[in-house]
Amino acid sequence: MDMAIRIRGVTKRFGPTLANDNIDLDIRQGEIHAILGENGAGKSTLVNILYGLYRPDAGSITVGGQPARIDSPADAASLGIQMVHQHFMLAVPFTVAENLVIGHEPRRLGVLLDRRRSEEIVRSLSQRYGLDVDPRAHVEDLSVGARQRVEILKALYRDARILILDEPTAVLTPPEIVELFRIMQRLKEEGKTVIFITHKLREVMSTADRLTVLRHGRLVGTHDVAQLNEDMLVEMMVGRLVDAEATGEARQGGQIVLRVRGLRAPGHQSGVEALRGVDLDIREGEIMGIAGVEGNGQLELVEALVGLRPVTAGEMQLDGVSIVGRSPREILGRGLVCIHEDRQARGVIGEFTVEENLILGEQHKPPLKRGFFMDRQAIHGRTRALIEGFDIIPPRSDIQARYLSGGNQQKLVVAREMTARPLRLLIASQPTRGLDVGATEFIHRKLRELRDRGTAVLLVSADLDEVRLLSSRLAVMFKGEVIADRPKGEYRDAELGALMLRGRQPVELASERM
Amino acid sequence: MAGAEEARPNAGNWLRRALNSPFLGSLASFLLAIGAAALLISLAGFDAGEGYSAMLRGIFGSRMSLSDVLARSTPLLLTGLAVAVPLRAGLFNVGAEGQLLLGALLAAVVGMLPGIPAWLHIPLTLGLGSLAGALFGMVPAYLKARFRAHEVITTIMLNYIVTLLTGYLVNYPLHPPDEMLPATEIIAASAQLPRLVRGSQLTIGLFVAIACAFVLHLLLQRSVMGYEIRAVGLNAEAAEAKGIRRTRVWLLAMAIGGAMSGLAGATEVSGVQLRFLEGFSPGYGFAGIAVALMGYANPLGVILAAHVLGAIRTGALTMDRTTSIPADFVTVIQGLILVFLSTPGLLRLLIEKRSPATGSLPIEDLTS
Repeated sequence: MDMAIRIRGVTKRFGPTLANDNIDLDIRQGEIHAILGENGAGKSTLVNILYGLYRPDAGSITVGGQPARIDSPADAASLGIQMVHQHFMLAVPFTVAENLVIGHEPRRLGVLLDRRRSEEIVRSLSQRYGLDVDPRAHVEDLSVGARQRVEILKALYRDARILILDEPTAVLTPPEIVELFRIMQRLKEEGKTVIFITHKLREVMSTADRLTVLRHGRLVGTHDVAQLNEDMLVEMMVGRLVDAEATGEARQGGQIVLRVRGLRAPGHQSGVEALRGVDLDIREGEIMGIAGVEGNGQLELVEALVGLRPVTAGEMQLDGVSIVGRSPREILGRGLVCIHEDRQARGVIGEFTVEENLILGEQHKPPLKRGFFMDRQAIHGRTRALIEGFDIIPPRSDIQARYLSGGNQQKLVVAREMTARPLRLLIASQPTRGLDVGATEFIHRKLRELRDRGTAVLLVSADLDEVRLLSSRLAVMFKGEVIADRPKGEYRDAELGALMLRGRQPVELASERM
Repeated sequence: MAGAEEARPNAGNWLRRALNSPFLGSLASFLLAIGAAALLISLAGFDAGEGYSAMLRGIFGSRMSLSDVLARSTPLLLTGLAVAVPLRAGLFNVGAEGQLLLGALLAAVVGMLPGIPAWLHIPLTLGLGSLAGALFGMVPAYLKARFRAHEVITTIMLNYIVTLLTGYLVNYPLHPPDEMLPATEIIAASAQLPRLVRGSQLTIGLFVAIACAFVLHLLLQRSVMGYEIRAVGLNAEAAEAKGIRRTRVWLLAMAIGGAMSGLAGATEVSGVQLRFLEGFSPGYGFAGIAVALMGYANPLGVILAAHVLGAIRTGALTMDRTTSIPADFVTVIQGLILVFLSTPGLLRLLIEKRSPATGSLPIEDLTS
């Protein structure tokens, strides 16, 4: 069988970290090849080398049988390699057609953009590959899934023969994921080679032909998917079997920590009300899970609770004291602490060291503060304890946080927030998004420990399995309201899905949504 | 950043790492600017060698020339700090010139008051000059917090206001009747800074400026306030989510910046000009931007950068006097330094002859 890409002995080092250690890998022509591994295993590094973003320190790459030197994305493009990044590279005010042809525009009279021709290109490509998008739609109006389709079309327009998808499912809703897999199969039928990065096992089992597992920068192995089962895969990825059992039930009847009544707040786009009368109670020692399709007000609820979003009506009480109109600082001071869903924007300060990140929010309190200055001894002590206690890798306090893998950045945030004092209610918003099996399990365990110590936890997650696994109570948010709030056991499986997707009155709303 | 334990650096790696170091990056930018300027001088039909040797004579030629360098570096050091500290909070203070003028004006007015003993008069003059700069510096921070007005625009506009206002004041209300120049009266002897070298303009202002740099370095690196300034500068949203009050940090950083500019104006008035003369500042506030960037917004780096630029500016005067190359050429060198500094990719390209995948403005790398 012809090899699309042949990688031999590729090594890449970042400072003291060996991101790729002597990797050998063959990608066959026309296959769907999954690359798996925990966070920090070196998956992104490897594909970034293929795409010309990084240069390997050693090793060779052959593309289509020819030795290749890939020094830039332009080199990669000339070899037919295109990549769809996890964070999309689209000009959002532009239309789909405009985004597609950027850099290679069809022209009229030499200077003018040929709009009609651009739209034709989109239509013919999307028909051929079964990617449904409106060429005239503005990207800012599109869902995440549709934006991803635009990115894929863009790659196809640039004559991609080998398409790299970097964690393509991380941002998608379940139906969008199904759609993406259908597209990937179609691409394969058209003779394209697809490489995709993921750490979700089920996705690999259902779509890939072959898979490669990386661990700690090394190649664990490449296998035909047909010859594996999920357990074998987990073991290859983490080197041990993960205990996925749910354990421990909540204490019942704790005191109410947070009480929300009739909360209303505007959304991100002006003129749209994101919260339309939310009622919620959270008690000591329980994990309250919020289930719901993303974009039904969960983000706005979290922002309102922590003081980052002004509310227009309603009441929020923490331990009986109103926190409406209070600043983030005052709310933190009362013990409402949050792991925000956008780690890059609100969690870590990339250019700060691990140590500086770990003290964020504590810097103005004793014992870290001593008079006008900060107490370096106390800071070192706290940092050492947290790095050890939360297994942050590499275990160094002096490197900038941006050099940590996503999973370790998240551990850093979790470590900081869980040890904040006072701590009455912890909000964990998408706490394990984009994390691997090991890191996810670690964070789940920490959340349970916190609950067992009597802290109230509000868990917001798009991952229904996660919410079901951890929560003692489950609330469903739909279109800015909590439409159900019961102990976890009182939901039937199908009922939960129906509430999330269609809300109160399944039939009518379902048609309205379309 | 990881440094020493890099196990196997292949050829050229040390060079790339060196270019990522702020000090060497600034040094390389400086040398390249000098080289490029020489090329421009030659192209303009002058003798670059002659020009530069005149410049060197103007810098190192005598004890007097060296003290002139230090005297000229003093206001640059302070305006460099005035730009550097707000930069660490994520604000670009283009208003150092205006803050300097206001500080200078207040120092002149306070300096004219009779009958105050020197031990009190000098601190009072410098202190009130700084205070004027600080309060004025907070205006753009407030406008940004309250109305989202971009500080680059507002500081530029405020520069015009102060330039014209002080110009009016020294031409009319504060203008002594028998004076030809648009200037205030000479300040009282008790308000004049002691000179360090007889016949030179070098005063204890230099020590004040260097002390400020060390204090600000300590403040940024070790104090809670400095930590909060840096946090807001690097990721304001994350800082705010963890309870740091962005507006307060902005006001504070601009107050510090304004105080430094005000102090620069006050030391110029009480040490060099001895009165407020319209147009006395040859753009010290704007040169402060170059100083701050060249010093990577680090107060200690600013000390170094200020002296380098102070030296060139002093040497340029000798060059102007003894050759046919105009002193304005300094502005060209200063501009070239900024061009090379803000294009590290270009720098690498010139040295490595290969394009790296990424490059960024020093403004984004301020803390590395």
